[in-house]
Amino acid sequence: MMNSTQYADLGRRYRRASPLISMLVVFALLAAFMVYVPWANGSFSGGGGPLQDTMVQLFGKILCFALLAVAMDLVWGYCGILSLGHGAFFALGGYAIGMNLIYATADEKLTQITDPIARDEAVKQSIFSVVGQGEDPWPWFWLLADQFWFQALMVLIVPGLLAFGFGWLAFRSRVTGVYLSIMTQALTLVLGYLFIMNEFGLRGNNGLSGLQNVLGASMTEPSTKALLFLASGVALMIGYALTLFLTQSKFGNVLRGIRDDEDRVRFLGYQVEGYKVLAFVISAMMAGVAGALFAPQAGIINPDSFGPLKSIEIAVWVALGGRGMIYGAIVGAVTANLLRSALTGGWINSVGFGAASIDLSGVPWPEFWPIVLGLMFVIVTLFLPRGIMGLWHDLVGLLWNALVKPRLVADAGRGEAATDPSQPSSRTINREVVASA
Amino acid sequence: MSKYPPMVLNMAPLPKPEPENFEPTATSSFDSRVLNSGSSLLMMQSVTVSFDGFKALNDLSFSIAEGELRAIIGPNGAGKTTFMDVVTGKTRPDQGRVVFGSTDVLRKSEAEIARLGIGRKFQRPTVFEHQTVFENLMMALANRRDPVSGIFYSLKQSDRRRVYDVAEQIHLSEVLQSDAGILSHGQKQWLEIGMLLAQEPKLLLVDEPAAGMTPAERERTVKILRDVSKTRSVVVIEHDMEFVRNLDCRVTVLHEGSVLAEGFIDHVVNNEEVIDVYLGR
Repeated sequence: MMNSTQYADLGRRYRRASPLISMLVVFALLAAFMVYVPWANGSFSGGGGPLQDTMVQLFGKILCFALLAVAMDLVWGYCGILSLGHGAFFALGGYAIGMNLIYATADEKLTQITDPIARDEAVKQSIFSVVGQGEDPWPWFWLLADQFWFQALMVLIVPGLLAFGFGWLAFRSRVTGVYLSIMTQALTLVLGYLFIMNEFGLRGNNGLSGLQNVLGASMTEPSTKALLFLASGVALMIGYALTLFLTQSKFGNVLRGIRDDEDRVRFLGYQVEGYKVLAFVISAMMAGVAGALFAPQAGIINPDSFGPLKSIEIAVWVALGGRGMIYGAIVGAVTANLLRSALTGGWINSVGFGAASIDLSGVPWPEFWPIVLGLMFVIVTLFLPRGIMGLWHDLVGLLWNALVKPRLVADAGRGEAATDPSQPSSRTINREVVASA
Repeated sequence: MSKYPPMVLNMAPLPKPEPENFEPTATSSFDSRVLNSGSSLLMMQSVTVSFDGFKALNDLSFSIAEGELRAIIGPNGAGKTTFMDVVTGKTRPDQGRVVFGSTDVLRKSEAEIARLGIGRKFQRPTVFEHQTVFENLMMALANRRDPVSGIFYSLKQSDRRRVYDVAEQIHLSEVLQSDAGILSHGQKQWLEIGMLLAQEPKLLLVDEPAAGMTPAERERTVKILRDVSKTRSVVVIEHDMEFVRNLDCRVTVLHEGSVLAEGFIDHVVNNEEVIDVYLGR
């Protein structure tokens, strides 16, 4: 029998240290990046640094996409729900905050009107005249659009409620697999059609544009851009920590159980639906926050965001980086979006340097992007089922087994290390080293 | 690693069972093993299940007492697995009643039935292969099952002890930190039985526990199941007659969805009808 110290040891080893270590590694890299970018841009000394303002915004947007990918990984990588509608939650978050931003922008331009009621009327006209509804009364859900706190709350509540309603209906009816994916795809498609209608009260196809104000600070200031970039980084860290906390708890064990064998979990006495709905709601809220941080950095949010392809792209990011690994989702989102920017942003003008360079500026790179995206998905599906980070782990594992482990074994043979069953096996060591590498 | 040799290497033909291992079989059904079994825990009354006209269960009545060990045998298609599906809520019968303790099982969901105290092991071993043996058992422990307490659950000393004790019982205490996916087929079967034990059910339904096991593993499995049945009711579905004989318990023979015979193994195997069914006459 074991004595109580050994029992304690058992519990300690039961919580793997590696996910925490990998989180700290990601946080350290992220923190370094978050110091470097504003410094290189000179954001807080009036701008004009070697790093352009647009790059700060681009990096900020990519961090939002990374948060979106983490949200996706929580439901797909850990719970096996392939949602092809996460773009909808992202867009809803963007719209929720965009309503306040567009109100504030219009309001600021109309300071000459002192009567609050007349000013509210003028703001309404300036927002809705573009769709010919300037004279109509405010749509009911714009009631508190002038209140930042309320719209910020809606960033969480609207995607959360939608995910709850949808999830409760779908999971209770035991819709799973590809059928569920199709339903989520239909969800985002339907919302897209709704938001594109002028009558719906969100400016139809125009979306909410000219989102220039964030709590009174102008988006044209480099410091505002940097603050939003930093906020995106912090949100990503919080999202990472929350996802890690959830997936390392018993809740996470059950989620992975549901992913691998839903029936087994049910016969253990767990109400599978409750777990799925909770994970789905938390994930939708995270996607909403990502969208809310994205909208002011992009300056616009429109019904395009509900496009089915946008949602599918999120799944591609996660598959590319590696499912069921939070850092995998981040790596996937960052890789795919940097590649996209490289192709569509005219970054590739030549190959080689000096006299040996080949001019490529005439190549229509942006048109290649969908092809590259599709190719990435095919390659990952066929050859890298565990994504980039899975490949990385395999490589490190190979190196470990080839170079380090033989030496360890030899050392153990020389030393007094008798075979002690309470020592973690080489397999455990391997896993920890791999994950922290 | 397990202290038992890798099972794959054991390619020797199955040894013939040694008769001296067995208790003398009871000739009378008024056996002490039945008398001390107490009141009925699970009662099934005229249950019928049909799939597209085919009656998987046909007016089946069945009951098991508290603390009883029972084996169910029968040819393929006799309704053994459907019986388990009905009791665990996976399949809803067309008619009939299933009462567990004093609860009508047919109104409950699978998860609710499991929480009432019915644990089930599937025919194919289903454990969570990407999680450690420890995690598999920890999830099965009889703790609160709702998602929010799942998030804030922290491993208590008593839970650790319970996991370790169960692991000892199923001979997996030395592989607690290994992923369940690397276990041998037999070890997975044990782990699944262990997950049932950790649930602390009143009734265990065990579907083909000995499938794919070596003779040594079978022997251990018999011992595990007999140990368990000292404190809980156990229903075992098994094809292997020697395994059933070793369990040394009452046997129910199912055929075409109803009970064909019931009694101790020697009584049952000498029954004319049973012989006919098994020999296909």
